[in-house]
Amino acid sequence: MFDFDVIVMGAGLAGMRAALAASQNGSKVAVITKVYPVRSHSNAAQGGINAALTDRGDNWEDHAFDTIKGSDYLADQDAVEVMAREAGSEVINMEHMGAAFNRDDEGRLGVRAFGGQREARTFFVADFTGQALLHVLHEQVLSSGVQVFEEWFVTTLITEEERCVGLVAMDMRTGELHVMRSKAVIIASGGVGRVFEPSTNALICTGDGISLAYRAGAGIMDMEMVQYHPTTLKNNGALMSEAARGEGAYLLNAEGERFMERYAPNMMELASRDVVSRSEQTEINEGRGIDGCVLLDARHLGEKLINERLLQIRQLGIDFAGKDMVTDPVPIRPGMHYIMGGIKTDIDGLTSVPGLYAAGETACVSVHGGNRLGANSLLDTLVFGRRSGEHASEWVKTQAPASIDDTHASRCLEEIQSLLDRDSGEMFGQIRLDLGQTMNKHLAVYRDQKGMEQAKSDLADLKQRYASVMVQDKNKIFNTNLIFTLELGFMLDCAETTIIGALERKESRGAHTRTDMPERDDKNWLKHIVVSQSNGKPKIDYVPVNITKWQPQERKY
Amino acid sequence: MHVDLNIARFDPESGEKKPYREEFNIEVDETSTVLDGLIKIREEVDGTLGLRCSCRSAICGSCAMRVNGKAVLACNTKISDLVSDENKSINVEPVGNMKLIKDLIVEFDTHWQKIKAIEPWVKTDAPPPEAEYIASNESMMELIGVMGCIQCGACVSDCTVLAVDESFLGPAALAKAYRFLADPRDDANNQRLKDLNEPAGMWDCTRCMQCVEVCPKGVDPMGRIMKLRDFAMEAGYKNTTGARHAEVFSDIIKNNGVLNEFWLPVKTFGMFNIPEMLKLAPIGLKAMMRGKMPPIFYEKIPGSKNITKLFEKTKVV
Repeated sequence: MFDFDVIVMGAGLAGMRAALAASQNGSKVAVITKVYPVRSHSNAAQGGINAALTDRGDNWEDHAFDTIKGSDYLADQDAVEVMAREAGSEVINMEHMGAAFNRDDEGRLGVRAFGGQREARTFFVADFTGQALLHVLHEQVLSSGVQVFEEWFVTTLITEEERCVGLVAMDMRTGELHVMRSKAVIIASGGVGRVFEPSTNALICTGDGISLAYRAGAGIMDMEMVQYHPTTLKNNGALMSEAARGEGAYLLNAEGERFMERYAPNMMELASRDVVSRSEQTEINEGRGIDGCVLLDARHLGEKLINERLLQIRQLGIDFAGKDMVTDPVPIRPGMHYIMGGIKTDIDGLTSVPGLYAAGETACVSVHGGNRLGANSLLDTLVFGRRSGEHASEWVKTQAPASIDDTHASRCLEEIQSLLDRDSGEMFGQIRLDLGQTMNKHLAVYRDQKGMEQAKSDLADLKQRYASVMVQDKNKIFNTNLIFTLELGFMLDCAETTIIGALERKESRGAHTRTDMPERDDKNWLKHIVVSQSNGKPKIDYVPVNITKWQPQERKY
Repeated sequence: MHVDLNIARFDPESGEKKPYREEFNIEVDETSTVLDGLIKIREEVDGTLGLRCSCRSAICGSCAMRVNGKAVLACNTKISDLVSDENKSINVEPVGNMKLIKDLIVEFDTHWQKIKAIEPWVKTDAPPPEAEYIASNESMMELIGVMGCIQCGACVSDCTVLAVDESFLGPAALAKAYRFLADPRDDANNQRLKDLNEPAGMWDCTRCMQCVEVCPKGVDPMGRIMKLRDFAMEAGYKNTTGARHAEVFSDIIKNNGVLNEFWLPVKTFGMFNIPEMLKLAPIGLKAMMRGKMPPIFYEKIPGSKNITKLFEKTKVV
């Protein structure tokens, strides 16, 4: 058995930021991650990180308002205020740690424009900001006292007297299960992308943390809010950064028209993501698309700018769509990208279970509400990663170690063994694919009652199939077959919370757009939907949106 | 489209000590990558196939492997580029220079230890300013070029020095070291150069270009190593074989206009360095027997004075 003050699950930006904060505050910290830290999905964030720096003439209230408007007024305004106020110091802190950042002519941090914001306040490292920040945080972790368990897979959270006191994890290299005791656990294991097929998300984004928290009794909030990114590549669904539009690229339909003029005359291509994705989908649905896509046209930006600021996506277009954005428009379409919902937390990352924290995409504070602005996700990971690390490390000072032992591991081992003992049945692959396709069909940019009910009944079938799933690989060392099968169990939980939330929300708000209920209904639905497990069954609660000073208005871009 | 993926397999739990080959005949799309093919096998044919992969967009660095003998990212290697009507077979192996765990999965432990050994974090003498450090965009673009490294290990796999000397820091760690030396915010250049000047450091690269060739992100590790050497020479770290080699090479050309291959090794090691001279002797004897011994005295080439002048004008030492 291992023993720590704070265990962080996940080694992306939120996880490593949390681990560093807790460690600097004197806690004995472990990070458990199913991939090497620099393989984490924070890598994929391309465009940048938002911050309103006062020495640029910007102010945090404007950033907060843009975020709240972007969220379609579902974000909790106290949380947004915290994020916007602390943004500057987090970005500067990353710069001090060694993140390079593109500069302006005076050698200060340069900015680019991003969607849904009236000011250019997105700081960036070419078009791989997430990767750059991830590697810098990893460097800091290497120089810290944080112990990292690389390629360890969390199977269960341990709760005792309704307090989270550790977890069980599998060392993938040996297949052995270990009990890891702690006084606090911070879940920072990212989103649920693979619940949808296709998705821009990496194959590791299987909602592990959300499901584990759900099973441990924590509230899961706003899971119906699923972001479809406006520019994903036709063939493999890879992400083409919003930075392209931030730098001035156009969206064109089959007739060569900049169609955003009709949907968002002021912000055009830089309206918020839900608005742009809906516009694209409407164009495609009404027959003005090309083979299910519209075009991202960056030709007028010129090769020099593209090479300096959009090099990675230029290469993605060449590799995966056979289109060089210097000379050709690139076919793109809306694709599942991000989950605004997640484990419900307060502004210090604390969930409804004492000792259990969450930060980053896994969590729902909520700062993104119904729709996240581009370049707010990196900011969310750093601000709330740090805050949860700090808060958890204070909390553990008041806590005595729990009296748990290795029996928790033997119980998990029995479950896994019975799974491995099953010699016939279906493999995970087809079940996962069917799940992804159902979700992408019925819980995409446009939704309606009938479709969502279909998804609900499909999910019930899928769960039944999963109950008799077979693991083909019976070995211990790097049994990824087993890992994927366990992940599919997590994904089914996440899909359940999404479908429940979506059926429950009887209005259109942010990314949740119902063709059968197209209006936003502030009177009845200016509230969060929280799903939790009670006696093995999902239970729905409502939490009012926290409004500080921005009253809901009509949303136009 | 039909493809035969010939995969090097290794099952650490079978008792077999060596990898074996298994061929999978599958149907893929025109746009499929090698990774798509492997995932198809893993999900539909043989769930025991072990490989690492995650982002499918060439950014996470998980899926480096050798395809037809060359280290690549499987996720941006298209099958259609590798097969023809006559040849439908593709050879897939784990990356080289790392210990095998299972099938295409290798241990990265040594790699990370080497990354850690170069102390990859910005070190400053003074506390940071209140706002950001002021730095030119140019200097940052230079760093951004190296920060594009995704630690996939392709360069490490195909490094010809690592193949014979596992203690070599290797192209990825050295490129990362360069990133800190080139960082205007970092104050530890002297310490860093001193460490990198040690054996197994920057002077052990043989400039074979393999790392440049296979890097999927255009990081140019060898180019960065050469810049490390420039930094070391400029900072006065000249007491290594590598540094002397560079100096003697330059000196000989400056004075004669042509390279003198006899004096290059002799002067590099030092004429009175008896052990090294004894090591060179057999090579000299062999060369002599085959009539390939370079002459002890070279004629200067005609107009060599102009070359000397060129050196002086451009201030090359």
